[in-house]
Amino acid sequence: MKILVPVKRVIDYNVKVRVKSDQSDVDLTNAKMSMNPFCEIAVEEAVRLKEKGVATEIVAVTVGPKACQEQLRNAMALGVDRGIHVECDAFPESLQVAKLLAKLVEQEQPGLVIIGKQAIDTDNNQTGQMLAALAGMPQGTFASEVVVEGDHVLVTREVDGGLQTLKLTLPAVVSTDLRLNEPRYAKLPDIMKAKRKPLDVKTAEELGVALTPRVTTLKVTPPPTREAGIKVDSVQELLTKLRDEAKVI
Amino acid sequence: MTVLVYAEHNNHQLKAETHKLVNAATKMGDAIHVLVAGSNCADVATEASQIEGVTQVLVADNAVYEHQLAENIAELVYSMAGDYSHVVAAATTTGKNFMPRVAALLDVVQLSDVIAVESADTFVRPIYAGNAIATVQSSDEVKVITVRASAFDAAATGNNAPLSAVDSVFANNLSEFVSEEVTKSDRPELTAANIIISGGRGMQDGEHFAMLEAIADKLGAAVGASRAAVDAGFVPNDMQVGQTGKIVAPQLYIAVGISGAIQHLAGMKDSKVIVAINKDPEAPIFQVADYGLVADLFEALPELEAGL
Repeated sequence: MKILVPVKRVIDYNVKVRVKSDQSDVDLTNAKMSMNPFCEIAVEEAVRLKEKGVATEIVAVTVGPKACQEQLRNAMALGVDRGIHVECDAFPESLQVAKLLAKLVEQEQPGLVIIGKQAIDTDNNQTGQMLAALAGMPQGTFASEVVVEGDHVLVTREVDGGLQTLKLTLPAVVSTDLRLNEPRYAKLPDIMKAKRKPLDVKTAEELGVALTPRVTTLKVTPPPTREAGIKVDSVQELLTKLRDEAKVI
Repeated sequence: MTVLVYAEHNNHQLKAETHKLVNAATKMGDAIHVLVAGSNCADVATEASQIEGVTQVLVADNAVYEHQLAENIAELVYSMAGDYSHVVAAATTTGKNFMPRVAALLDVVQLSDVIAVESADTFVRPIYAGNAIATVQSSDEVKVITVRASAFDAAATGNNAPLSAVDSVFANNLSEFVSEEVTKSDRPELTAANIIISGGRGMQDGEHFAMLEAIADKLGAAVGASRAAVDAGFVPNDMQVGQTGKIVAPQLYIAVGISGAIQHLAGMKDSKVIVAINKDPEAPIFQVADYGLVADLFEALPELEAGL
């Protein structure tokens, strides 16, 4: 079975984001960029399925500017067999990314698509679900366990009340939650080997997807700051404040 | 302009999120229809009809909708969406699951996790884990929106909107419900609670959460946790408050043994009153806390419980 893993280049998880003074966007100048953490979990899950003999080939896809190839090479160093880069000037909206991925699913015919549940930049949490709808596939979102059995996959999902297990007919889309696995680090020899793995570059035009945006960002502002309050000296003082001043207990 | 609101429920009870969605919807259009999709969900439909502002309750009551699986719920909502200016659901694991499918079928974008409505086409939503707030305008004919319910007040009740049945039945041949493990608790749900007491890595292990539970029971509070506590295996993930867990905004949030990583603050900084108990006076949580107590939690918690 072939697994398709879409990955996204985003600002590194540990970098503190700042808003530009003209309120047009956040400032990513010289910021460290990395693979989205949920995408790392998706790559790891695909690699584990290959190690178990369930998957035979893993193809990673990324959509965005040329620099995104760094994340594809990174995925290859972790065990992905080949990469597809859909090159475009900026990062398209989720719907367009889903349309591009749907075209690639048509070409590649994977048995499973494993995708991060959300990117930590736009925080949309929608590309995987959109892809599933466009490709007519079932979905197992926010997965904490994935078991492939014959022509179906059992996905345990992190839902608000606890855990839910679904049985999906393959091909299917699975989106990863934090507890699915702990991604490995790439080893130096694998990073060297990854440089020689095949990487195809395509354009949205070749795939027949228009990238006209539907949403205009009017402004981006820093969140309202919360002022630090006071320190209390004892539990008794805390209780008094909560009762008499804040009136919340 | 009529707004379609997807009711959040478990077939027996309407969830508090729905009242907040209706309030958000009143800022988008002038008529509000609530869709209750489920199985044996008549009680939920009655409850929904009582929310002020609702003009019609649509009830899709069929066994195929029992677990509200994304595949056919999206088909159902898509089949109705053409009549509406906005389709709105809560940014819960139900709404986040099926709504992007609706958007894709309609060929429109989805606006996720909306925290304010500026006008019928302009909305405010957090990006970068709440470290930036974007105001966005959608040019799509139907706006598909998930709403962060905790950012809106609940609409009042006392209404008696008419109910009508939706007969369309969309079977689901792609996915099947197998089982669920629902965390059983007599305490309120995190997203609905007025008071939340959360523990972090400072709790040291899962058993010590009993100290928080004892206080929660006295306050009628829910018990939450930081991602550090979840990652350390102290408690299950559905207790996680934060960017990757639940976003909450209770009247009172008590953070115990939580350092205050950005990812946790993103989930609770809109709480009305924040209390932090931590033995490290430099912990970032004190920068957002209204009342900070620098103390060993193992001494402070029993005293707090006794004082309530």
